[in-house]
Order: sequence, then structure tokens, then C-alpha cells
Amino acid sequence: MPTAEKTLDEILALAASHFKVPREKLSADDDFFKTLGIDSLQALDLLTKLESHFRVELPDYELQGVSDFRTLAGRIQARL
Amino acid sequence: MSINETSAYKGETMSYGYNDGLIELALHRAPCNEIGSRSLDELESFAAGLQRLKQPAHALIISSELKCGFCAGADLRELYERSQAMATDEAARSVREFLERIHRVLNAIDAAPMTTIAAVHGVTFGGGFELALTCDLIIADKTARFAFPELRLGLIPGFGGIPRLKRDIGNAVVRDLLLTGRSFNTTKAQQIGLVSQVVSDGEALRAARATAAQLAKFDHQTAVTAKRFIKPVPQEDLKKEIDIFCELFSRPAVQAGLKKFVESKDAQPYLP
Repeated sequence: MPTAEKTLDEILALAASHFKVPREKLSADDDFFKTLGIDSLQALDLLTKLESHFRVELPDYELQGVSDFRTLAGRIQARL
Repeated sequence: MSINETSAYKGETMSYGYNDGLIELALHRAPCNEIGSRSLDELESFAAGLQRLKQPAHALIISSELKCGFCAGADLRELYERSQAMATDEAARSVREFLERIHRVLNAIDAAPMTTIAAVHGVTFGGGFELALTCDLIIADKTARFAFPELRLGLIPGFGGIPRLKRDIGNAVVRDLLLTGRSFNTTKAQQIGLVSQVVSDGEALRAARATAAQLAKFDHQTAVTAKRFIKPVPQEDLKKEIDIFCELFSRPAVQAGLKKFVESKDAQPYLP
């Protein structure tokens, strides 16, 4: 199982690549809605990419109220 | 509006046309193909055209031209605004009439004398999921997500979703989707038998056309007979669904749920 730091790093890299944002502009405690400039539909798109990348199933209600990468990484880590 | 080779139809919410035995219907109502009264009018014309087809058709493909996805479901804003403009009894009658009309259309697509394929991507929620479930096959790209978020409004799906899902997959999965309101990605949807093919992003329509071309090789009447045998329309459950939906709709909690959704400034209104 990857470490929590590795999971977080992979999420940041994937988000940067998918939404075409420079990786160095993203940090763990950023509000990803604001930093990536995404809406709720694009957040679902990100969820799909993350599920596919980590081969996990993450019910979307677990993401309610989650807006920073670190907490998101924690939710994914709990299912690896 | 007839469906024929000489005149493709381009409407406000969808377009459709016929070419060499293949009918294609593409949704294009922004923001995400929400099904309201105009969509219903056009779907009714389409369904009537299906009944009056003069040329043989072996397949129908339903897809979306919009990037956001296949269809986000019923137009909740219109539903809310219409119900606010009416007395409670009148609003309840109006909802029942809308549901009976959409059921007639979706039942016609469900039982259409040709193989039907939903080519889906992105958001395939609520009424959009229910539209896809009328089709014989669902081909999805990897961006597709399926959900029945109606319970958060105090409702159940009203366009025939539960009876059709029950027909196609196990009851435990139906309960999971219905009672949690969570969305499934295509991997999960294929595992449970909902999706027949998963393709790369943006490839669902191409794969659906390739499938339709394969279907054209078979005897049409045999395919129609096989479909009639294997895919009965669950009429009794569909009628019950309308009754249950209407019963739930008349409760104040539903109006409050609709109001909350319509006025929501939440960054995640699509997350149940």
C-alpha cells in the first residue's frame, strides 16, 4: 500500500495533468475547487479519474464538504 | 415529425435522423440535457415517428452532444417553478400528467422494434439514467457516472428507473443506488452488468455505431422477436411507480427539497 504522502502526491500530479494546471501551483491544503477552477460536475470527473487511477470505489457522499487535497487523499488512503 | 432519410430533425433540445437503417437521436439542451416540458414535447414527436417508420430500422442510438454528459435528469427548476405557480392539487395533477406522458414515450423506446443503444458519457443521473435504461444496450465511455439522487429531494425516480433497473440487475444493487444516492463509475457499472461495453473517453458513439453495424447483419424480424421475448416492459411496476411518486410529491418536504436544490449555491449540488 502506498504511503499517505505518496497518495497525496499522486492526486496532485493527476489533478494538475487532468486540469492542465502547473503541478507546482498545487499544494496539499489548497481548496481544489478554487485552485483548479472547477465546478461540481468537473469534481465528479476528478472523482472518476481518481477511482480509476487508485482502483478504488469512493462513494461521492464521502466527498461532501471535502475541498482540500489532503483530506481527499485521506479518504482515498482509507480505501486502498 | 417523421423519421426518414430525406429530412433530419433539429429541434430545441435534440436532433434525430435516419440513415441506412440506423436512427440516431442526439440530445443537446444546455446545461446538461435536463428533461423538461420542451424535451418531452420533442421526445413525444420522436416516439410517434418511431411508430410510423416507413423504412426498416435495425438500430437506434441515443447520445448527447454536450460535454457535461448524457443527461442530468429531470428539469428540477422547471418542476419547482411550475409547482409554485399552481395550487397543490393542480400541481399534483400536472406532475402525474407529465409522468404519464414521459412513461408513454419511454415505454415506446423500451419496446421499439429495433435494437436500441444508449451511448453515454459523463453525468447520467436520475431521468438521464432512466432514459439510458430503456435501451437494450448501454455503451459508456470512462467518464460516465450513473446515479439516482432523487431521495435527497424526498422522491423516488419517476421515469421508470427502478422497475427497469430491477428487470436488468440484482435487487441489492438497486437498493444501493436508490437508498444511498451515490454514483457508480463505468467499471462498477460494467461489473454489475449494467453497461455492456466500456470504451475510452469520447469513443462511446463510435462504438455504438460499430455495434449497430454488426446488428444490421442479422435478420431483423428475428432480432425483434428475440427482444420481445427477453425484454418485457414491466408495466405493473411502472404504474405503481407513478402512484408512489405522486404520493411522495404532495408532501411539503419535497417542495422544500426542490427549493433547496434550485436555490443552492453549494459547490457540489450534484453530489447526493
